[in-house]
Amino acid sequence: MNEPFETAVRRHAATVLRVCRAVLGPGADAEDAWSETFLAALQAWPTLPAGTNVEAWLVRVAQRKAIDVTRGQARRPAPTDVPPEAESSLGIPGVDGEVWQAVARLPERQRLAVAYHFLGGLPHAETAELIGGTPEAVRRAAADGIKTLRRRYQPDVPTEGAIR
Amino acid sequence: MTADQQYAETPTSGPAQMFPVDEDDVARLRTRLAGAAQQAGLLDVAYRTIDSPLGPLLLAATEHGLVRVAFEREGFADVLQALATRLSPRVLEAPRRLDAAAAQLEDYFAGRRRSFDLPLDHAMSTGFRRTVQRYLPRIGYGRTESYKEVAEHVGNARAVRAVGTACATNPLPVVVPCHRVVRSDGGLGGYLGGVEAKTLLLELERAA
Repeated sequence: MNEPFETAVRRHAATVLRVCRAVLGPGADAEDAWSETFLAALQAWPTLPAGTNVEAWLVRVAQRKAIDVTRGQARRPAPTDVPPEAESSLGIPGVDGEVWQAVARLPERQRLAVAYHFLGGLPHAETAELIGGTPEAVRRAAADGIKTLRRRYQPDVPTEGAIR
Repeated sequence: MTADQQYAETPTSGPAQMFPVDEDDVARLRTRLAGAAQQAGLLDVAYRTIDSPLGPLLLAATEHGLVRVAFEREGFADVLQALATRLSPRVLEAPRRLDAAAAQLEDYFAGRRRSFDLPLDHAMSTGFRRTVQRYLPRIGYGRTESYKEVAEHVGNARAVRAVGTACATNPLPVVVPCHRVVRSDGGLGGYLGGVEAKTLLLELERAA
């Protein structure tokens, strides 16, 4: 790819951040995964074939980095000074965090289908390859997840065509 | 159209509205990425933009030094694309590497600095053009030389036209003072940043 990498960062930064937050919660883990994703992408950028779908490529890199972060988490000893009732790893307080908390409460397959298909824009078939199951099951999981989110979380911003 | 507008995320209906992402968060992550890229040796071309009396300027540097100063009229997106093609596509907005250049340019435009003390990377020019561009800083602050004189000083008295081309394609304007080269008949000659910019720089140096 001979485009300036900055172009890819500007175009896809927000999408990749949404995917990372949906998979890992809206805290530091998601930001670690975002950073690792773009650093790895920067390294590979000059050898990426021209015409590659950059967004889909970045979402796939993000998926691998999210798995790395999750594995690192499992190895890390649990800190003892954090009260066990704290849900801080999967949610930050405040209005902006609400939608991500709602995402975090989805069943895992729905959450991952929402992350990679709805937010990341990967086709059902490709999402199925990443998270297992059939493309049809992914389609249903994503649709169910979004339905639940729309029920639980209504943003103040009126969506297109909404009745006011 | 600014670079920011050009690269801004296209507003999409679903995800962008339902899952808003704070611009400050993205800005913070981009800063962190620039630092990590620098540390990992992956920041081949760092750039930033600054405001100046000549309008916005784009500054770009490799790890060897300042490699490009560009005027807005050149089209920043085109300038970045040329850097990506000629040097490396690992191009990131990373202001820190340009801190010294930005500070010295600010001092220059304020009349507090008469010469630049910056490592330069001449990778964007070759051959005779590079020879001319390396010579130009020897024309002192506030002085001018004709294209003909420059040709003589670089040891090729007949290459007046080529000197003109070398000035017109100077990848490091202002810092490499091609604005100090004028026509023998007293005319200003052309300038990549526009004749007004050339006039402004010469007047700045005359006044200081």
